[in-house]
Amino acid sequence: MLRPLLLSLLITSASLAVGQTRPPSPAPPAQKSDAISVPYKMFTLANGLTLIVHEDHSVPVVTVNVWYHVGSANEKPGRTGFAHLFEHLMFEGSGHVKEGDFDNFLEAAGGDNNASTANDRTNYYINIPSSALDLALFLESDRLGYLLDVVTPAMVDGQRDVVKNERRQGVENAPYGMARVRIPELLYPKNHPYHWPVIGYMEDLTAATADDVKEFFRKYYTPQNATIVIAGDVIAEDVRRKAEHWFADVKPGKLPEPIEVPPAQLTTVLKETITDRVQLPRLYLSWLTPSGYQPGDAELDVVADILAGGKTSRLYKRLVYDMQIAQSVTAGQASRQLGSEFDIVITARPSSDPPERVLERIKSVVDEELEKLRQSPPDERELQRSQNQREAGFFNRMERVGGKADLLNAYYFATGNPDYFNEDLARYRALQPNDIQAAVRRWLPGDRRLEFSVVPAATTKN
Amino acid sequence: MRKSTHPTLKSFLFLIVIILAAISAATVAAEQAPDRSKAPAVDSPPALKLPPIQKRTLTNGIAVSIVEMHKVPVVDVMLIVRSGTATDPQGKFGLANLTADMLDEGAGSRSALELADAIDFLGASISTGSSTDSSTVRLHSTVAKLDAALPLMADVALRPSFAQTELDRVKKLRLSAFVQARDNPASIVAAAFPRVVYGPSHRYGTAAGGTESSISSMTVADLKSFHSTFYQPANAHLLVVGDVTPASVLPKLEKAFGSWKNGTTPVPKVTLPQAPQHPQRQIYLVDKPGAAQSQIRIGWIGVARSTPDYFVIEVLNTILGGSFTSRLNSNLREQHGYAYGANSGFAMPATPGPFQASAAVQTDKTAESLQEFFKEFDGIRKPVPADELNKARNNVALGFPGTFETTGSMAGHMQEMIVYNLPETYFSGYVSRVQDVTSADLQRAAQQYIQPDKFAVVVVGDLSKIEKPIRDLNLAPIKTLTLDELFK
Repeated sequence: MLRPLLLSLLITSASLAVGQTRPPSPAPPAQKSDAISVPYKMFTLANGLTLIVHEDHSVPVVTVNVWYHVGSANEKPGRTGFAHLFEHLMFEGSGHVKEGDFDNFLEAAGGDNNASTANDRTNYYINIPSSALDLALFLESDRLGYLLDVVTPAMVDGQRDVVKNERRQGVENAPYGMARVRIPELLYPKNHPYHWPVIGYMEDLTAATADDVKEFFRKYYTPQNATIVIAGDVIAEDVRRKAEHWFADVKPGKLPEPIEVPPAQLTTVLKETITDRVQLPRLYLSWLTPSGYQPGDAELDVVADILAGGKTSRLYKRLVYDMQIAQSVTAGQASRQLGSEFDIVITARPSSDPPERVLERIKSVVDEELEKLRQSPPDERELQRSQNQREAGFFNRMERVGGKADLLNAYYFATGNPDYFNEDLARYRALQPNDIQAAVRRWLPGDRRLEFSVVPAATTKN
Repeated sequence: MRKSTHPTLKSFLFLIVIILAAISAATVAAEQAPDRSKAPAVDSPPALKLPPIQKRTLTNGIAVSIVEMHKVPVVDVMLIVRSGTATDPQGKFGLANLTADMLDEGAGSRSALELADAIDFLGASISTGSSTDSSTVRLHSTVAKLDAALPLMADVALRPSFAQTELDRVKKLRLSAFVQARDNPASIVAAAFPRVVYGPSHRYGTAAGGTESSISSMTVADLKSFHSTFYQPANAHLLVVGDVTPASVLPKLEKAFGSWKNGTTPVPKVTLPQAPQHPQRQIYLVDKPGAAQSQIRIGWIGVARSTPDYFVIEVLNTILGGSFTSRLNSNLREQHGYAYGANSGFAMPATPGPFQASAAVQTDKTAESLQEFFKEFDGIRKPVPADELNKARNNVALGFPGTFETTGSMAGHMQEMIVYNLPETYFSGYVSRVQDVTSADLQRAAQQYIQPDKFAVVVVGDLSKIEKPIRDLNLAPIKTLTLDELFK
C-alpha cells in the first residue's frame, strides 16, 4: 500500500538550482547556488480544490498527482482496509466513464497510472504525453464529481476479491508477512488509528458495502480535502484554465472533522514471538518516535543510516560482516503524521542453535551498539556520510517529474509550503553529532520498546 | 496500492495538515460545466527530441558513448562488459554474477569496508552486476563528486582484490539466501519455471546466481580467471549519461580508464546452444503446504533479442498480458477476482529466452485460474479486433518518450542498444515500427510463439488442496517436483 518514497535530501558543497524551466537539449550548466528549489504556481479553484503547477520541459510528458487527505487512520471500527479498498474503486469508472474506460483511454494515449494508500493519505497519479492533459483532467474530475453515479454492490464485490488477493500476496503468502500486521497492533492501543494494518483485516474487507463507499466518498473525497499537482511539459496558465474548465461542475464539499487520537506510549518492554513457514528466524525491535518533520525525525533518519545504511554501518559491520550471525539488517524511521515508528529488523543466519538463542545473541549486540551511541556521539565522518547520501538521494528524486509532483504534494500536506525542499534539506544539514546521541537516548530506550520475533514453525524443513 | 510495483522499503513522511492556502494562492472564478458526453480528443503527442549520442574513443581503444542530460546535476557512468551469465562454464553457473558481486569487496589499495566508506561518503553509488549478455559497473554521482568517484569506480572495475576471506564471507551470504529462497513461493516458482523449460544443464535453466553446489565450488582462481578473460578494453564500452559534455568528461575518463590494457589472449566468443523446445503440454507441481495462494507460471522458449518480430511481439504481449487492460489481467483480476494481477512477458537475450505468463491466485481458485489462462492463450491466436490493436500500439508507441526521463533510464536504453548492437536509428524509428504492426502480423506471431499445447505449466501451492482439482481438469500430464530438484 505504500510506494517506495525515499525522502533523502541533500547537498554537495555547491549544490545547483534544479527544476527550472529549460529547453530539452544541450543547455548551459545550471547556475550555482546553495538553494534547491522547485518553482510552482498555486491556485484555489472556486469549489475549493487546490491546484499546484510546476513546469519542467525536459521530456514531453505531464504528471497529474492528486492527494486526498484520508488514509487508513480515518477508518471506523469493523471497516479496516476500507480507505485502500475505496482507492481501488476509483478506477472502476464514474458518471461519464464506463467501467474499464479509465484505463482504456489512458493506455490508448500512452499513459500509465496507479495509486497508493497509507495511514494518513491516499495518492493517485497519471503520467501521460503532455498533449493528453485534457484527457487526464476529464478522468480525474469525473471521478471526483461523479463516482457515486456508478458504484454498485457488484463493483464492490469485484474489488473486494482483488484486494483480498493483494493481502494474501503480501501477508499470508509472504514469508514474515504477518509481522507487519501484528506489530502495529502491539505498538498502538486498540482505539488508536494506527492500530490496524492499511491493508485491513479479512473479515472487515468481507463486511464492506456499497453504502460504506457512498458515506466515505461524501465525507473524504471533496475538493476541500484534495490537492492536485500538475507537473511537466506544460504552461502554468494553460493548466489553470484547463483545470478550471474540467473541475467547474465538481461541487464543493466540507473538510472532514479531524480524527481524535488517543495517546500511544510504550512504558515497558513488550515481547511477542510468532511462528511462520520460514527457516531463518527474524527479530524486530520497534519504538514509537516523533511525527515526520518534528524534532527528532531527521535525527532518527541519520541514526538509521549509522546503524544499518551500507556495509560500514555499525550493525551491518558487526552482525553481518564480522560475526556473520545475521543475513541482513535494516533500520528505518517510518515517518507519519500522527507519530512515527523506528524499526530495526534483523534476519539470522542458519544455525544449529535454537532460534530463540540466536535472536537473543543478536539482540545483545544491537543493545551494545545502541548503548555506545547513548554514551558517545557518532564520528563526524559517520554523520557526514549519512548527510551526503541523503543529499544525493534528493537529486535522484528530482530527475522525475512524477517524483517532484509527489513531493510538492507531500510538503504541502505536511507544511503548507509545496516548495519545502530547502527547508527539508536544512534539517539534515544542521545536525551535529551530539544531536544524534541525544536522539538515541531520548527515542530509542532499551526499557520501552517492542521486541518481536518470528521463528520457524516446527515442520518447515524442506 | 492498485497495481503491484516494487516492494517498499520505507514508508513516507508527512505531517500536520495546514489547511490555509499558502501565500501566492489565487481564487479562481467558476465557469460553466464541461462537456462530458465523450472523452476529449487527444492531440498527436509532441515528438521526442533525444539528445545525440556522441561517440568517442580513449587512447587504449575503448569505445565511449556520451549523452548529455542537463536537468539535474547528476551523471551515470557505466562500464559495460559484453559478457554475462551466458558465459558461465558448466559446473560454474553463477560465476559471472559472483565475479561482478565481488568487484567491490575490496579493490585497488582499499579493503571492502574502506571502499564502501569512500563511496558512501561521496553520496555516490557504485553498483555491479551481470545480466545474461553483459556485466556492468555503474557509477551514479553528482557532477561535483565525479572527480573523486571515478577513480573508485576504476578500481572496482579493473583492480578488484578478490580476497579469500571476502569470498568466503560472500559465499556464506549466498548460501543462506538459497535457504531463504526455499521459503518464498515467489522465489520457488522463479526457480522452477526455467528449470523445467530449459533443463538443469542449459545455462537458462538455472538462476543467474547459480546453485548451492556451484556457489560452494567457486574459488578465487575462478573469479580471477573470469575477470582477466572477459573484463578487457576490447570487450568493453563506456557509457556516460548526465550533466556533462565530452570536453568536460573525456579527460576524466582517460585518466581513470585510458591506461587499461588488453590481455594477451583475445576474448573468447561464447555462444549458448539453442535449447530444445518444450515438447508438449505438461504440468509441474511443487508442494507448499499451507499456502494461501498458488504461484502459477506458464510458457515455453520464446525468442532472441535479434528476432525480426521484436515490435510485433511487443504489441502482442501488451494485448495478452503486458498492460493493465491486457486480456490476462482483465480476466483473472477484473472479471474473476482470482488474483491481484496477472501478466505475461518475453525475455529476449542473445539466445532465445522464455515466454512466460504468471499470476499468484487464491488457493481455492487454482484450477479455475489455469482454465482461464488457457482460454486467453487460445483467444490470442485468433484475429485481434482493430480497437484493441490500436490501443496496444498507442500504448507502446506513445509511452515511449516517457521512458527517457532519468539518467538511469536513458542509460538502460543505451545499454540495450550497445549490448545487442541495435542500429543508430533504433530510438528514432521505434514509434513508427510499432505503429506499423498489423492485425495479420499479430495473428502470425501468436500462432508461432503462443502454442498452448506445448506449454510448461508450473504451480507452487498447497497440493493437499489444489492437486485434485487440477487433475480433474485433464489439462495435461502431471509431474511433482521437490525443492531439491529446483535449487540443486
